[in-house]
Amino acid sequence: MAVPTIVRERTPQLIVLVVILALNAIISPGFFSIEIQNDRLYGSLIDVLNRGAPVTLLAIGMTLVIATKGIDLSVGAVMAIVGAVAASLITSGYSLPATLAGSLFVGLACGLWNGALVALLDIQPIIATLILMVAGRGIAQLITEGVILTFNDKPELIFVGSGSFLSLPMPVIIWVVVAILAILVVRRSALGLLIEAIGVNRRASTLSGVNSRVILLAVYAVSGLCAAVAGVIAAADIKGADANNAGLWLEMDAILAVVIGGTSLLGGRFSLVGSLMGAMIIQSLNTGILLAGFPPEFNLIIKAVIILIILIVQSPASQAAMAGFRTNRHTVAVKTENREHAAR
Amino acid sequence: MKNSKYLPLMATFVVFVLAYIICISVFPNMLSTRVAGNLLTDNAFLGITAVGMTFVILSGGIDLSVGSVIAFTGVFLSVILRDTSIHPLAAFAIVLVLTTAFGAAMGGIIFFLDMPPFIVTLAGMFLARGISYLLTTESVPITHPFYSTLQDIYFLMPGGGRLTLIAIIMLVVFAVGIVLAQRTRFGTYVYALGGNLTSAQLMGVPVAKTTIGIYALSGFLAGLSGIVFSLYTSAGYSLAAVGVELDAIAAVVIGGTLLTGGYGFVAGTFLGICIQGLIQTYIVFDGTLSSWWTKIVIGLLLFGFIALQRGLMWMSERSARNMRHASAAQPSSA
Repeated sequence: MAVPTIVRERTPQLIVLVVILALNAIISPGFFSIEIQNDRLYGSLIDVLNRGAPVTLLAIGMTLVIATKGIDLSVGAVMAIVGAVAASLITSGYSLPATLAGSLFVGLACGLWNGALVALLDIQPIIATLILMVAGRGIAQLITEGVILTFNDKPELIFVGSGSFLSLPMPVIIWVVVAILAILVVRRSALGLLIEAIGVNRRASTLSGVNSRVILLAVYAVSGLCAAVAGVIAAADIKGADANNAGLWLEMDAILAVVIGGTSLLGGRFSLVGSLMGAMIIQSLNTGILLAGFPPEFNLIIKAVIILIILIVQSPASQAAMAGFRTNRHTVAVKTENREHAAR
Repeated sequence: MKNSKYLPLMATFVVFVLAYIICISVFPNMLSTRVAGNLLTDNAFLGITAVGMTFVILSGGIDLSVGSVIAFTGVFLSVILRDTSIHPLAAFAIVLVLTTAFGAAMGGIIFFLDMPPFIVTLAGMFLARGISYLLTTESVPITHPFYSTLQDIYFLMPGGGRLTLIAIIMLVVFAVGIVLAQRTRFGTYVYALGGNLTSAQLMGVPVAKTTIGIYALSGFLAGLSGIVFSLYTSAGYSLAAVGVELDAIAAVVIGGTLLTGGYGFVAGTFLGICIQGLIQTYIVFDGTLSSWWTKIVIGLLLFGFIALQRGLMWMSERSARNMRHASAAQPSSA
């Protein structure tokens, strides 16, 4: 029975995802059917992958941030800023590469700002990123001058949001590429380990020679970059930059995706694959609720219930109970000790 | 030491006075009790919930659910007053019990499951907003005659300014909040929790009761804020009060409360609310500036105050280290 570790570790997420997809298939029988029209794949499953792109991208950056015991509340606002930048660059006549470069640069700058506050000024991450979360939409409004900037006549930028390549929608290709890059970089080098070390104990890892400042800066910069990519996709998707609503509450969805994926909010261990599955779980839920004909309002309640369940599962009390359950071979004394701990 | 404790509060006060002087020098009309009365009325709901947020932040936590709870309260009141014939006062009582229990439940989860307040209250935010969506997605007007009676109550200030009932409620809540924080055992426990959880536990602070009490208080004040908001708008709408939690947090931080907990004053939060109100009033008076400048200026103020707090902490840490060095060096030299 050679089950790959990654599958074994993420079994709960996999089960949840399969169950939700199965429920979706029961609700709408054609859920799994995929057909090719005009050299492009169509179907509900492809739609889940496509619509989930922004949350998936945000979740990649957020995973690394949360692994360092941090949090990035500003990603939704950064999406709005970057969307506004992209729209204003393309409408003032810049080419697509220049627009994309400019947008990514702005996202990187936002991430570096957050990183500088956290790494250099030692401000709590939740507060440091709160500043940009509050001010970000104002800045985005400043860039669009208070209107929704549309670019219906710029097919090259719209392609990023709704075009297709190798018969897959562009957003899917983008997030898959970003995800593979991120996983390769953090897991094929020591970087992932260093990030986890900072999450466990920043002081200790600094003392043992980890350059925690640079790594923290880099982690927030990556989160800013991921938000920038998500912002460009979201703007290209609606062919315009809406400073008020672009990425609204997506930071919450991204955090939820990371937590569902099994990354602990207390830092120290992370799983990018888990976060991707978390994002897909959220998106299949959203799609399922729509397909079932429920009002989208149910979304919030279901998400709240999911968070509650995860909280109970992840809490130290039930972790101790689980540990007691797993280590059957240990002596009775250990077990009772665990039980006592769980009872507390 | 005493000085650095009050320094953020003093900085807030200086910023407030400076901002007011700038406003008056540009628009002399802003120096009137009318403007002051309107400022208090417009920010009454924000002020009330910010008092609850101050206690939560003083204890080292955060409550993201308050905006949703305000919306829920408004929707609940409007629906119950539309569909049943109960008196608004009874409805107020029911909704306050509900929101207080909601807050207490979140506090219980935070303590007993030992989870970060951020994620627990995030779930609370989703839940409260979702429930208000389920009640109704439309904006329901409140037409009960008792509402107009309440809305017509005001105290005429010299100069023609009206201190409305909801502004008076906010001022009372602030006064009670100040007493609760500075003069009661509960207040001392809150500061102790924010200062150092482990030390507080070892000193015998009832952590469970206090944590639940703090979030119950925040829930209660969010409910009261929702009642005030429904009086202010005469309607209940499930999309109302989006992002109020951020404004409340900003007011608390601008008011000089340390976001790591343990240091700060309820009175500072009042100044924070007034500064936010001043910025809004300035933008209204100006007429050409967009309202989103409020957000940018508040963001800048947030940054300024957080940087100030960091600087103060750094300085006090350094002086503590110097003192330790000095006292360590003393015996050897003697």
